[in-house]
Amino acid sequence: MSAAEGAQPAAARDGDEERGVRAEVLRRFIQGDLASLRVVLGLAVIWIIFQSQNDRFLSAENLTNLMLQITAVGLISIGIVYVLLLGEIDLSVGAVSGLAAAAMVVLNVKHGWSPYLAIAAGVLVGAAIGVLQGFLFSRFAVPSFVVTLAGLLAWQGALLQVLGSTGSINVTDPKITGLANTFYSDAVGWVMAVLVICVYAGIMLEGHRRRVATGLTGESIGPLAIRIGAVAAISIVVVAILNSDRGVPLALLILLAFVFGMEYVAKRTRFGRHVYAVGGNAEAARRAGIAVNRMRVAVFGIAGTMAAIGGIMAASRLLAVNQNSGGSELLLLAIAGPVIAGTSLFGGRGAVWTALLGALVIGSISNGMDLLALSSAVKFMVTGGVLLLAVIVDAIARSQRQAAGRV
Amino acid sequence: MTPDGPLLELTGVSKRFGPVQALDRVDFAVHPGEVVGLVGDNGAGKSTLVKTIAGIHTADGGRMRFEGREISVSRPQDATELGIATVYQDLALCDNLDVVANIFLGQEEVSSGPGGISGQLDEAKMEHRAGELLSGLSVTIPSLRTEVGTLSGGQRQQVAVARSLLGEPRVVLLDEPTAALGVPQTKQVLELIGRLRERGLGVVVISHNLANVFEVADRIVVLRLGRTAGDFKAEDTTEEHVVSAITGIGEGAGNGEGGNGEGGEGERR
Repeated sequence: MSAAEGAQPAAARDGDEERGVRAEVLRRFIQGDLASLRVVLGLAVIWIIFQSQNDRFLSAENLTNLMLQITAVGLISIGIVYVLLLGEIDLSVGAVSGLAAAAMVVLNVKHGWSPYLAIAAGVLVGAAIGVLQGFLFSRFAVPSFVVTLAGLLAWQGALLQVLGSTGSINVTDPKITGLANTFYSDAVGWVMAVLVICVYAGIMLEGHRRRVATGLTGESIGPLAIRIGAVAAISIVVVAILNSDRGVPLALLILLAFVFGMEYVAKRTRFGRHVYAVGGNAEAARRAGIAVNRMRVAVFGIAGTMAAIGGIMAASRLLAVNQNSGGSELLLLAIAGPVIAGTSLFGGRGAVWTALLGALVIGSISNGMDLLALSSAVKFMVTGGVLLLAVIVDAIARSQRQAAGRV
Repeated sequence: MTPDGPLLELTGVSKRFGPVQALDRVDFAVHPGEVVGLVGDNGAGKSTLVKTIAGIHTADGGRMRFEGREISVSRPQDATELGIATVYQDLALCDNLDVVANIFLGQEEVSSGPGGISGQLDEAKMEHRAGELLSGLSVTIPSLRTEVGTLSGGQRQQVAVARSLLGEPRVVLLDEPTAALGVPQTKQVLELIGRLRERGLGVVVISHNLANVFEVADRIVVLRLGRTAGDFKAEDTTEEHVVSAITGIGEGAGNGEGGNGEGGEGERR
């Protein structure tokens, strides 16, 4: 009897539902993809401005340099994205990156460890520090801001201690310097481009096939093809540009591998879903049986690990670790990048690829102003201005979106 | 257990918080396909009773039976495993996640393929199941991929109820499901409660709004100062009787014996 009563409205609703789905897809396209499109447009404007001032800016050589320059910040930002998704902050990532790199180089140069063991030890130092800070934050309910601010000071002190009286140690091991100074031949570059396109298309089409097999409506094959086409076009253009200079750098591959891997974890796995849930409503997550404190420790562990990896890449590129490693503006740029590219400071909203996009925006500004031989004073002020502009635009977009959602 | 026997039956349940006797020998039952309205003034013990059933508090005394078997519920998981689901007033939804993610929060389906090792989510399976759950409740939500934060209060309530049905419970406890909802949304939620009844679930609705309770409940249980102060058949009673049982003003109410005589209260005036 209840089935008969239920059948009628269900049938009548089918038409509405389909229209609703289409409107929803449109809405998501506008609000979701346009938000990132906005940042991409901003990046295009920045590139056009610098190119018009100095025609070396968009040269293959300079773009390759840009890729090498953003690797360290981009990697650190990946960890920051996870912390921001929880609605927390980690101010220690700069200092941790310096300390991890110092640990690596001291073990390698002074204690004769193999480069692989030394790198692993450096990464472990970062992970352990992250886990410790996450534990202190969740166990004693001290704001993460304070815990990691204390960490910022403490790990800077530890960096000075580890480096000892010389204050600077050169990285000489070819395995370690190779991380940031290896370039692949043209052929290898093209093979990688094809691989990236195939893997991406495979993942997207498999997801689509599963949805169809389960009898779900939703994204049709058209937008899917556009996305795959866009990824293919970007891959081909990037490899073509890099190949016309020194080739595809290993550093870029490391950065991209972490961006895609951690984006996958955030969006496609149970762990990532729980990160978003804790950031959205910690109490709801707790009641749903999610171990909120364990998630917090894990996420701060990720931030420490990614900071260490970024620090090691920076040491490899600069061929040295010194008292300034991981210092100055590195921390602020690593946080500013994802925020500029649309990850919320208040938790629950954002994506790992904003680490890459944000690093690209900030790196372009910095690189362009270096080409124009502008002073640090101007660089800092302009970068600050861009950050402010980006968050204001984002705040306006968000308030409009909320207004639209409530009506 | 006979088909007509109660799904959930509490006999003489007591709970004390320090000097406060929150529940004093309360009798309470809900049958399959029955909606019981649980009403009472602030501090009458409604929330304590629900939390005791849901396993958040442990009763000091009395007995609980579920489908005729004696049970003890000391943790929320115990209640969930038995088939008692609770939807709290604040709903506990994540506004930043979509409908599917909220319904499956903490109970996500993981891919059976190689991706399952990394905890890869089986989105297609979850969306399919969520669609079934919601259409079974005749719920109108534009898309399962809508962020819950953009839904109306009534739709959020529907998502929370659908979420509670994931474990296929026999009894659903709803804490103030219509509080802070507008008229059309309240209607949606009351219809939803009706559909839970049609499915043969036992439904307990806590509410301050007597009009809503009368609209949806088969039976109305009144708590006052931690005691059962009345147990009325909704069709045989009036709001005045229930109000006098809630306040204890007027005859035939407040002596704690109302729990025995269903629908007989009218004659006691």
